[in-house]
Amino acid sequence: MTAGRRWALLAAAAVLIGAAGGMVRSSYVLGMLIFIALNGMAALGLSLVMGFAGQVSLGQAAFYAIGAYVSGVLTASYGWNGWLSMAAAVLAGAVSAFLVGLPVFRLSGLLLAMATLGFGIIVYYVLVNWSAVTGGPSGLTGIPPLAVGGFRFDTDARMLWLAWGCLLAVLGLAGNVVDSRIGRALRALHGSPAAAEAAGIATTRLKLGVFAAAGATTALAGALYAHYLTFINPSPFGFAFSVELVVMVVLGGTASLWGGVLGAAIVVLLAEGIRALLPLLSASHAGAEYEIVVFGLVLMTFMILLPGGLAGLARRSA
Amino acid sequence: MSAGALLDVQGLGKEFGGLTAVRAVDFAVEAGQIKALIGPNGAGKTTIFNMIAGAIVPTRGRVLFEGKPLPVRRPHAVAARGIARTFQLVRLFGDMTVLENVLVGCHGRGRAGWAGCAFRTRRMREEEKRLRERAWQVLAWLGLEGRAHGPAALLPYGEQRLVEMGRALAGGPRLLLLDEPGAGLNAEEHARLAALIRKVREEGTTVLLVDHHMDFVMGLSDEVLVLSYGEKLAEGLPREVRRDPAVIAAYLGVEAA
Amino acid sequence: MTAADQLAQYLASGLVVGGVYALIGLGFVIVYSVTRVINFAQGEFVMLGALLMVTFEARGLGAGAAFALTIVCAAALGALLERAAVHPIANAPGLTILIVTIGASIALRGAALVVWGTDPFALPAFSAGPPFHLLGATIVRQGIWVLGVAAAVFAGLWFFFTRTYPGTAVRGCAINARAARLMGIPVERMWLLAFALSGALGAVAGAVIAPITYATYDMGLMLGLKGFVAAVLGGLVSPPGAIAGGFLLGVLESLSAGYLSSGYKDAVAFVVLIVIGLVQAAGWLPWRVAEEGEA
Repeated sequence: MTAGRRWALLAAAAVLIGAAGGMVRSSYVLGMLIFIALNGMAALGLSLVMGFAGQVSLGQAAFYAIGAYVSGVLTASYGWNGWLSMAAAVLAGAVSAFLVGLPVFRLSGLLLAMATLGFGIIVYYVLVNWSAVTGGPSGLTGIPPLAVGGFRFDTDARMLWLAWGCLLAVLGLAGNVVDSRIGRALRALHGSPAAAEAAGIATTRLKLGVFAAAGATTALAGALYAHYLTFINPSPFGFAFSVELVVMVVLGGTASLWGGVLGAAIVVLLAEGIRALLPLLSASHAGAEYEIVVFGLVLMTFMILLPGGLAGLARRSA
Repeated sequence: MSAGALLDVQGLGKEFGGLTAVRAVDFAVEAGQIKALIGPNGAGKTTIFNMIAGAIVPTRGRVLFEGKPLPVRRPHAVAARGIARTFQLVRLFGDMTVLENVLVGCHGRGRAGWAGCAFRTRRMREEEKRLRERAWQVLAWLGLEGRAHGPAALLPYGEQRLVEMGRALAGGPRLLLLDEPGAGLNAEEHARLAALIRKVREEGTTVLLVDHHMDFVMGLSDEVLVLSYGEKLAEGLPREVRRDPAVIAAYLGVEAA
Repeated sequence: MTAADQLAQYLASGLVVGGVYALIGLGFVIVYSVTRVINFAQGEFVMLGALLMVTFEARGLGAGAAFALTIVCAAALGALLERAAVHPIANAPGLTILIVTIGASIALRGAALVVWGTDPFALPAFSAGPPFHLLGATIVRQGIWVLGVAAAVFAGLWFFFTRTYPGTAVRGCAINARAARLMGIPVERMWLLAFALSGALGAVAGAVIAPITYATYDMGLMLGLKGFVAAVLGGLVSPPGAIAGGFLLGVLESLSAGYLSSGYKDAVAFVVLIVIGLVQAAGWLPWRVAEEGEA
């Protein structure tokens, strides 16, 4: 899509979200929209990694957790300013992704995927065991909401604006990158790595860059999550969440900025849908059981029938 | 071996498992030359190209460019030294327009990084303008301006090859490696290609090419090197090589059109 | 308990667990070497092996019959997975197939949750009796079963791959699929056989370990991942490597749990995985972990 159309879409989205924050009263709906934005930021990063660097990361939840815990700990335990701690969280996400990527990106695709999985699990274990800093399994409470002067982002509507504001800003910046020298290099890498190298593009360094960028956006989402819920514990940041992010990208389409967000929206809505249907189907305790069966089947079906995701479908018909 | 040569290939060899594809080949390319590597299929020509370009690691030997050894296993570093290449089967970036393909060739002329691109700094925008001017220059030189905004993948094959050459030239290389540039072209297109390659040499770029078409190669090249089964069979002026009995024997019955 | 006894104990339990990892790792190796696919659902076959044993024995079957039936079911399920999910996309990039197998593993786990719920199930040991004492270590009876069954399986597989036609055909596919096809070996059927075999292997692992560690619907993930690390330690294409890797991993885990900290025990496997990755990237590995495509 052209730059012009992209900015128009972003502006339209901004207007819609602005209105929604003012008009929608239901905490439930606002919460869902917020999670779509947060997951969208994380899925966006992963979709670039999968689409351009051509690698699957099965441990993205780790960067989400790093973002959440860095910002959470700095504000709750050390009294940092919320915005500074968010900046630190984003930096931590980028740096940790870069450091992990350095050795891991020399591996072939499958081993790389498993190594990222390993990284994700190790981070999870550190969060659970390093109780002194992270609060262990019971987690960290008392994370202050973000604030500008007296204006605190402590209501659903305000967090909606903040979360979507960040998402749209990230989309805007990512769109700038796509239209630039780096963006062309990414698309070249996607088209033919050998030809890209021959044209002078340092492909490994570029892949690292994408991975670091994804780490940054994912950490940003995690930090916002922490300041939204004001409480975090390790359990949402396990392998299941990493898989969910992969599902979002597979559904929405790789190498597509909007694909990640679309996938995030579908997954959030799908999860809610299943949870709503559950009482009608069986009396069992949690919808989580059927939810994961459905996600597993959806993942398989899409990868078999529609590996390009919905964005790929849109591209094909364009 | 040859003092002052632009490209100096010394004892280059490659083994794949038990198979020796290239067996200690030595040759040099002088600045301003058009030199050709010819030989029957499987003689090791593309392997040599790939070793020079850094895509394959040589089992032995080395390549000097402008007197200094070329990096190994990092094709982008070889490209940064001023060597560009095309591929046997055209590898264009199918999703991108012709202009964008050539712009990728300008990648080395730019410096903008992630932050510069994300925030569209003034420096990035100026650089982008310069890169685009260069890309348009190259397209004009090749007569492709009319195609600039079309998708590269939809062009006829001959024009795709031109675009690939444009991408290679955009970076201003001092040495151009052409891997079977004439494959799939008819006689008239071959003639135009030869004229283009001479033009490229006039602009100051040395050319090393691999090809099968005898008349095309012999008419175009200053020097020819014949390979057979990974070894150098003969090297010299086209008319000498043509009469070399070993060369004739190797090509017995395989005189390509 | 003396220090030597303690060490012996850690080694013994490490070897028992290592035998299980070796079995699971073999499953990965067999599938990967034939199909170049990492079957993420391998761990779920382990889980199914354990839970099916529980169900069959609860229905009154003896341990032997239950074991046999479990293996058959798991092999059938492996074959089904291959036909339904892998075969249709056999030419897709490895990462795509990996994601499909991830989807399958999730679906299997969810289905197990629906069928068996979250509670852990206890399974009686294959033979009753007091634990053994050997060189200062105490090994429960089932532990001997684990090692014994593992040894029998290794021997059986060795025989299968070197002395029988189907087994040699599978090996041929593993070495060079194109050549195998040219020789008339039905490669598609080999894929099916590989998946069925690895399903059976996973189930064996689950069945023998369940009396020691209980059977739950979510035991597959960790066991599968550790089996994978065992396979990687051996180079992903070498069965003896996977066996050695499994025992090595088991012992490493046990030693670190004993001497360092038990909280991080599960992380050991992943640290090993990343270390292997680093070592390979630095070019220090004397053997190649199978890669797709050289530069």
